[in-house]
Amino acid sequence: MSQVPQPLTPVESNDPIVVPKRVAMVRPDTRPTLRRREEKWVMTFPHLIIREVIMFMAVVIGLAVIALLFNAPLEGLANPLETPNPSKAPWYFLGLQELLHYFPPVVAGVVIPGLVVTALVVIPYARINLVAGPLWSGDRKRLSTGIAAVTSVLVILFSAFQCWAIVVPSLIVAAAMFAARSEGKGRPFRRFLTLVTLPEWVMTWFVLVAAILTIIGTFFRGPGWSLVWPWNMYPPA
Amino acid sequence: MSTFQLATLTTWIRNSAVYRSIVRHGVADTNRNRSLIIFENLFLHVHPVKVREKTLKFSHTYWLGGITMVASFVLFATGILLMFYYHPSVPQAYRDMKELMFVVDNGVFYRNMHRWAAHLMVLGAMLHMLRVFYHRAYRPPRQFNWVVGVILLLITLLLSYTGYLLPWDQLAFWGVSVGTNMAKEAPIIGKPLRFLLLGGNIVSENALLRFYVLHCVVLPAVLILFLSVHIWRIRKDGGVQGPPEKDDHEEVEP
Repeated sequence: MSQVPQPLTPVESNDPIVVPKRVAMVRPDTRPTLRRREEKWVMTFPHLIIREVIMFMAVVIGLAVIALLFNAPLEGLANPLETPNPSKAPWYFLGLQELLHYFPPVVAGVVIPGLVVTALVVIPYARINLVAGPLWSGDRKRLSTGIAAVTSVLVILFSAFQCWAIVVPSLIVAAAMFAARSEGKGRPFRRFLTLVTLPEWVMTWFVLVAAILTIIGTFFRGPGWSLVWPWNMYPPA
Repeated sequence: MSTFQLATLTTWIRNSAVYRSIVRHGVADTNRNRSLIIFENLFLHVHPVKVREKTLKFSHTYWLGGITMVASFVLFATGILLMFYYHPSVPQAYRDMKELMFVVDNGVFYRNMHRWAAHLMVLGAMLHMLRVFYHRAYRPPRQFNWVVGVILLLITLLLSYTGYLLPWDQLAFWGVSVGTNMAKEAPIIGKPLRFLLLGGNIVSENALLRFYVLHCVVLPAVLILFLSVHIWRIRKDGGVQGPPEKDDHEEVEP
């Protein structure tokens, strides 16, 4: 049998031995920062969980509806002796396959994908967007020269391979970068452009090029990798 | 004689000894019980008990990572069902496709769902990565989770690519031939790597078996491993990170 516990009696005293107090030492050169604004917190259940369940159900129902409406493609039995023209990789590799049309296979199949993966891994370790100043916040003259030089090199390089699918978006992005030079006057979109940082411009350029190459490879390439209109394509993309 | 009421039944179940042995907390009427729901559940306890209200906004994450993960759950569920009817051999693999489409109950539905969920997972992973970049959510302390995300994107692409061969139709055969011919161009390791992947110099029955094992065993296992790390680290790095706030520096006073 356990003993009946003694009732607790609160002790009030100024003696630190009797009532210990917490003390924080703050050196003037390393003062902790304080949040001025309090953030509002909510209970995960039900606020987050209910949203997750709704999202789960929406995705499953959406996929089920698509699966009922559209059949997955299935062609004839694989035949190594009969090469379909054109033979295409899955859509997410068609950007690379499109590059294969302009560059030697080692560039399109190894160098470029290798560079892309390396660049992606390096992003968080290269101080990218840590300060995140707008593009034109620094030395404007140097930046203008820099953008013009890089754009010229890209345009000349890819024009040499007649790869207009990269030349055109590069020129568009460079033009947009110069358009962002103005002091954020005028329309909201113009003001938004002035806040975009250099890494964001580079990423936008990459996404634009990748999307254009993939769309061309998917919808505009027919027999012998020739340019065709999507409505003339057989079999349809 | 009282009429039957569902509420009475659920109350009776909730108070039964068996139910109480499985779920220890009561109904979610107090914040204490709402906390217990999260941290007494294996599947929910990766969540914190409280979250910042602003992270619930749709534009905070667009739910892209979550959608990608749900797509992967759908792929696991439908993929296991499809495995019951699939032989990784030539030409039985192709006959199994026809069987799924014309003989097996709901076979065509599960195959369609597997296919479209796979596309959704690839697209979702890409869009999620772009969202994280433009929201600058890869910045410290989340650097390593970004790298895990890049690995997950590569695993997703490999999963989709290995699955592409399995129907053994013309689309599959030539799609994989085109891709593996590109891999051949890598200096020094290209050709041995392609031989290892295909079990020969051309896409053949050996390649089908290898892609099948990679698609159904190896890559899903690696995916689960890295996905677990990815989800765990979201919590450890302080929750989901939305768009950067304009007055970030004003919020903090020295």
